[in-house]
Formats: sequence, structure tokens, C-alpha cells
Amino acid sequence: MSLVSFVSIFISSVFIYNVILSRFLGLCSFIAISKETKPAFAMSMAVMFVIVMSSIITWFIYRFLLVPFNLTYLRTISFILVIASFVQLVEMVVRKISPHLYKIFGIYLPLITVNCAVFGTSILNIDTFFKDGKPITGSLILSIFNGFCVALGYTFAMLLMSGIRERLEVCDIPKSLKDFPLAFIIASIISMSFLGFSGFRF
Amino acid sequence: MKINLKEFLKGIISENPTFVLMLGLCPTLAISTTLANAIGMSFAATFVLLGSNIIISLIKELIPSKIRIPSYIVVIATFVTITELIIKAYSPALDKSLGIYIPLIVVNCIVLGRAEAFASKSNLIDSVSDALGMGVGFSLALILISGIREFFGVGKIFGNTVIRGFEPVFLFAMPSGALLIIGILMGFFNFLKNRK
Repeated sequence: MSLVSFVSIFISSVFIYNVILSRFLGLCSFIAISKETKPAFAMSMAVMFVIVMSSIITWFIYRFLLVPFNLTYLRTISFILVIASFVQLVEMVVRKISPHLYKIFGIYLPLITVNCAVFGTSILNIDTFFKDGKPITGSLILSIFNGFCVALGYTFAMLLMSGIRERLEVCDIPKSLKDFPLAFIIASIISMSFLGFSGFRF
Repeated sequence: MKINLKEFLKGIISENPTFVLMLGLCPTLAISTTLANAIGMSFAATFVLLGSNIIISLIKELIPSKIRIPSYIVVIATFVTITELIIKAYSPALDKSLGIYIPLIVVNCIVLGRAEAFASKSNLIDSVSDALGMGVGFSLALILISGIREFFGVGKIFGNTVIRGFEPVFLFAMPSGALLIIGILMGFFNFLKNRK
């Protein structure tokens, strides 16, 4: 574990393997909520919180429950259950503390449960930072950091997209391309420009 | 048992999960690089969809509405684990090329969406028809996209060269090509619908 591994995780999670534009995780929320910047940012923050927390929780579950008892095949079920209940908890807390924020999140907060970005990051963390069931050095910290960087990449893509789509509101677009088809084409062009990062080497 | 044809057909065209409902886009785009992947994914997703729709429509009266989402997810995750183990056992190559997208079927919005919107309110036969229709609709969309991507991106169909001397457009094999194709196809289907 050194500074280099942190920097390379940062670059690869935010830019090269951007969670939305190159791994296609969390695409549904990306297309659906990126119409305006404000809700897009709120959603990104919610996703960031849930991803980081679930990276921690799933790491402990995998390390201290699934591996010692030889239950790694229950990974999918246990992770998704934990994430679902955690999201439920966050929803209750947000509703209690800030009704305004709760209104902004709307139905998307419960939908974080089925946001592939959260679950996908947990699975990827386990795949990357465990070797044959044993954690590599600093695996917990690297997992958390990776979760944070993935969420940063998500926020980045969300903000880029919502900024562009806000401007598009005033443009004259062919009727058939309105909304979603055009959103995909824009995402494609952003993703194409992200290809340029894939040349980074360490 | 007779399949309800109306529920079956709606999943293929009028409520196609990919192009109309826009559910389950992540796997659609991520694994649609080759036709072989797409067909593997179609079978896996349809199996999970069918299994979870059957179980959920059978136990819908037993689940309290407050905890229905976690309960559905447990049912779905069970079927995903079954699928995952079967694919690992019988086709390691497919397991390798689909990678994390097999466990990700559990968060595929099609499965949970159909469980919540349909199976929890309908009887067994309707749910089976709905699952089969959605599965076929999803598979057709996946095969269409991956066919285009494999042909233009690698210049092959099922791994066989079709046109000799055809220079593949690398872009279509990349993630951005997938987004471009689905955007254009969606626009095209909208165009057809608007013209009627």
C-alpha cells in the first residue's frame, strides 16, 4: 500500500473505468435524474454516502462472516440484503431530518437499492482486494477509497450530463430524439472523450 | 396450462423492457459486445425473471407490504445465485466473459420492476406469461444491439468473418459505441411510433 496505489485507484475509478460511462453501472439513474443539475447533485451525494458505507459493511461481512464459515457463495444474497436494509435506514433518517431533501430525492432514494453502482462496487472491491479469500494489505482502506473514487466518478459524470441537458431544454430537437435517445447520444460522446484517459500509465 | 397471449406479447413490442420501459440497461450495454455473450445473458436473465415471477406471484399474500421490497430481493437473489453457480459449473468461458454482470442481474431493474409492478398483483399464469414476454423482449433487444455491435465493431457474426476485407469500426466495440447505438435505435423506434 503506497501513494502510487491510491493515485492509480483514483485515476482508474474516476476516469478510465468511470462507473457510468465505461462500466455502465447506475445507468438508469444517470439517464433519469440528469435533467437538472440540482437533483443530479443531490442524487450523487446520496449515492456517494451509500457506496462508501456499503463498501465498509460488505468488506466486514465478507472478511469476518462469509470467508471464515466458507459461505462465499452467499455473497450476492447477503450483500444485496445489507445494502437494501441500509438504504431503508438512510431513507428513514433523511425523512426525519430533512423533509426538503427527502422531497428532492423522491423515489430515487429507495431506488438506490437497485442502483447497480452500489452493488457492483461492493462486488468489484471484493474481487480486487481479496486474493483467494485473503485480504491483501490495506484492503479495507483501499476498498473504502475505491468506493469513494467510484462515487466521485459518478458525481462527475452526473454533473457533466446535467449541465449539458439543462442547456438543451431551450434547443429545438427533432421530436423522435427528445429526452432519452438524445441523452444516450450525448453520453456516448462524453464517453468517447473519456477514452482519451485510457492511455494513462503508472 | 395456457399462456396468456396478451401479457406475453406486450413485453415484446408495446412494453419492450429495453426500448420502451428503459429497464435493465446496465447489462444490456455492458455485455452486448458479442452475440454469444448476449445469448448467454438473455437465458440467465429470463430464467431469473421467470423463477422470481412464479415464486412472488405464489407467495404474494404472505408478504407484508412494508417489507415487500427486501422480500422480493431475497427471492431474486436466490435465483441469481442458482444461475451463477450453474453457469460457473457448466460454462466457465461464459462466466469469464460475463464477469460481474451475472451477480448484477440481482439489481437488474427488469426483474424487480416486474415483481413489483406485475407479479405481486397477478395470478400465476399471467405472471408466467409476463415473465416470458419480458424475457423474450429483453433477449431480442440484446441480440439486436449486440448483433450490430459485433458486426460493425469486430466485423464478425458469432465469431465468423462475414464480409472479407471489411474494416471494423473499433468505436462500436467500445462503451461509447453501445450508448450511441441504443440512442439511435431508441430514436428510430420513436420515429416509427410517431409516424403512425
